[in-house]
Amino acid sequence: MITVKKVNKRYGEFRVLDDLSISFPKGKVTSLIGGNGTGKSTLLGVVSKLLNKDSGNVFVVDQDISDISSKEFATRLSFLKQSNHTHIRLKVRELVCFGRFPYNRGKRMCSEDCCIVDRALNFMELEDIADKYIDELSGGQRQRAYLAMVLAQDTEYVLLDEPLNNLDMKYSVQIMRTLQKLAKEFGKTVIIIVHDINIAAYYSDYIAALKDGAIKYFGKTEEIIKPEILKEIFGLDFEVIQRNGKPVCLYYN
Amino acid sequence: MGLAILVILVYMFTMLGTRPDYVLPRRAIKVAAMVLIACSVGYSSVVFQTITNNRILTPSIMGFESVYILFQSFIVFLYGDATFQVIQSQENFVFSVLLMFGFALILYFTMFRKENVNVYFLLLVGLILGSIFGSMTSFMQMIIDPNEFSVIQKSLFASFNNINTELLGISAITLIISLLIGSRLLHNLDVLSLGKEHAINLGVNYQRLVQVSLLIIAVQVSISTALVGPITFLGILIANLSYEFIPSYKHRHTILGASLMGILLIIGGQYLVEHVFNMGTTISILINFVGGLYFIILLLKSRKI
Amino acid sequence: MSLNKDILRTFLFVLLFAVLVIASLAIGVKQISWLDFTNWQNSEAPVFFISRIPRTVALILAGVGLSISGLIMQQISLNKFVSPTTAGTLDAAKLGILISMIMLPGMASLYQMGFAFLFTVLASLVFMQMLKRIQHRSLIYIPLLGIMFGNVLAAIGTFFAYKFDIVQNMETWLIGDFSKVLKGNYELIYISLPVVALTYLYANKLTTLGLGKDMAKNLGVNYDLIVLVGLICVSLTVSAVMITAGAIPFIGLIVPNIVSLFYGDNLKRSLPITALFGAILLLFSDIISRLIIYPYEIPIGLTIGIIGGIIFLVFIGKRMRYA
Repeated sequence: MITVKKVNKRYGEFRVLDDLSISFPKGKVTSLIGGNGTGKSTLLGVVSKLLNKDSGNVFVVDQDISDISSKEFATRLSFLKQSNHTHIRLKVRELVCFGRFPYNRGKRMCSEDCCIVDRALNFMELEDIADKYIDELSGGQRQRAYLAMVLAQDTEYVLLDEPLNNLDMKYSVQIMRTLQKLAKEFGKTVIIIVHDINIAAYYSDYIAALKDGAIKYFGKTEEIIKPEILKEIFGLDFEVIQRNGKPVCLYYN
Repeated sequence: MGLAILVILVYMFTMLGTRPDYVLPRRAIKVAAMVLIACSVGYSSVVFQTITNNRILTPSIMGFESVYILFQSFIVFLYGDATFQVIQSQENFVFSVLLMFGFALILYFTMFRKENVNVYFLLLVGLILGSIFGSMTSFMQMIIDPNEFSVIQKSLFASFNNINTELLGISAITLIISLLIGSRLLHNLDVLSLGKEHAINLGVNYQRLVQVSLLIIAVQVSISTALVGPITFLGILIANLSYEFIPSYKHRHTILGASLMGILLIIGGQYLVEHVFNMGTTISILINFVGGLYFIILLLKSRKI
Repeated sequence: MSLNKDILRTFLFVLLFAVLVIASLAIGVKQISWLDFTNWQNSEAPVFFISRIPRTVALILAGVGLSISGLIMQQISLNKFVSPTTAGTLDAAKLGILISMIMLPGMASLYQMGFAFLFTVLASLVFMQMLKRIQHRSLIYIPLLGIMFGNVLAAIGTFFAYKFDIVQNMETWLIGDFSKVLKGNYELIYISLPVVALTYLYANKLTTLGLGKDMAKNLGVNYDLIVLVGLICVSLTVSAVMITAGAIPFIGLIVPNIVSLFYGDNLKRSLPITALFGAILLLFSDIISRLIIYPYEIPIGLTIGIIGGIIFLVFIGKRMRYA
């Protein structure tokens, strides 16, 4: 379980995170929703130790993350940012192998490492292009390659910032199913930022809605996907209809 | 690799003239110095590009070499006027290396730490810093001895024709130590080339990696500048040639590649200078000319960054 | 109110200028007794007329000419950071002089200047062609390209200098220095006077250049002609200053930038101030250069290289923060 306690972060005068507290439930998929600039990415950045917070604490189980060494942290929590590009010439398989770096520190890959890498490639349907260079791939393929790297990292906690960026509907659905599976079958805790409210509503167990750098609403999906809440968060009129026990939101009026 | 050794051999043994016993040892010293320079410039340039995450900045373009020379002049200034010999001494070398490290840290933490810094901005700042430090150096030398300003300038600093052989021993030892320490960082640097966020995510201690790398870079820039003076465009040339020809993302390979390119370029160039141009030019001039042109091409090509 | 402020500021600039002119005339190794100049001894009058006056005049003209040149280049290239220093112009002039020394040794300085002029015009044209090909007109990118262009020119220069053994050390060659300015060898710098006058006449047209090529054409300006005239003016001034005093970096870069902070970009208004401020900055730096290791002098090129470089850094830092 990840617990965030009274975290503050400001850029100059602007408070991006304002005394934010939340506990992410273990073994579940939690989606962060909210308009642009509400602090979603910053929150993930702080939890994954990429950004420094001004005050407050973040705990993984009972351990403060600032007390965990960067090596150990990388074996417990992984994070993928929105846009990924690199100028080095790297093959897909080599990229995915980097997911094992926290375990082997760049030395020889053991057979278990190779096995995990193969499984990750398989999961993301990347076997056919495993030997292509990532700068030759389409945006969607590249995104899947980076996701495979995170899978290969095989951590208890997986944090993804807009993982569906660049992906078409087929792969979006596939990724979301994968994440669901990670949570259900392997007990992993998945926290993602999603812009498509219907994807969030369909696939996540919990939803946290952010506004002005704080958690405005947090609860099980069906508790959050309600017209009045969504209107407050996004400033749009919503209609929520039920389809096979899952909510679908309409907001294009 | 083979090619590099071949070039060394060709350089060593062609046109020995009538006095091989005299020429050979002198050439051997030169070759040793050039290999040292190629390795230090190769390592420092490639690693600098990785930690700054781009391919057009090098330590020398960011003004590192001119800072070293400025510190040297400053030390001479402190010691008092007549003792120009100080500049050659080993304590001075160590002291300058420490100052260099301080400078590298300041530069890094004021300029590179912010995210998404414009590379062109850094580059322009580096060039201007370099020119300011150059002016300050001349300034300092004028104060030391206004009457013999240009004489001092010429005699004070090394060049390829005037290799500072007294520092060869200590340079070699320092370089080997720095490379030994540096070789332990290579795996982490491989990860860092994915980008800062990925590196942190994969458990690299980013701050410490950058600091240690900068220390090594400072040491190596000092070595090459102390031995032969500034060669602004060598680093950019050999680093990019290495990326071009070595199909690997691993630093173990790219650094080795850059060093070999350096050996090829310097010793091959020196051969040309001695036997084709008949000493009518210097290797620094050739490298700065070719490197400068190459750099303009890189700039024109990199517009999308 | 702002008009009053402007007038006050301008007045202060003029006053400062006057003070600096007097100081520049007064300072020197040779003491001149000012109070009884009717009784000047034989040696004092010559020092004054042969050395001090020419020096001060040369300083003023160089300051005016270079800062105006920078202004013209910035209007033409639509980039605030383009100047003789950051477009290879200084290096082209150096190269020109060097080539003239190789081809025709012992030539009169007028001809040397001709060579310098030729090379600077050529280099400016090449640079303008490079700019035309580039879509990427970022504020930072173009001066960067210009500096690199200058570096390559300098490398060519060093190559020939070394080969023909003309200059021992290219790095210190032609560093701006007014200490050798004497009556009889500085008069070429007067060329910058008509250039300045011409610039003033064309000020409106140059302002339209600053709006961009299409806009200028739209306003009925013969764009290509004006650009060519502008480049020729710049080349003449830079070559003349190079022959009389050597390379003086950064003036053409920082002076127009400072002035435009206070007075905006309408040339008719900012041109005289730019000229005045250029002269002030150069006089000031020269006085510092003369005093700091008195009785020796430091070449003004070094002083400006340090002061100007730092000011330029501040400017880029500022621009980047708001960009």
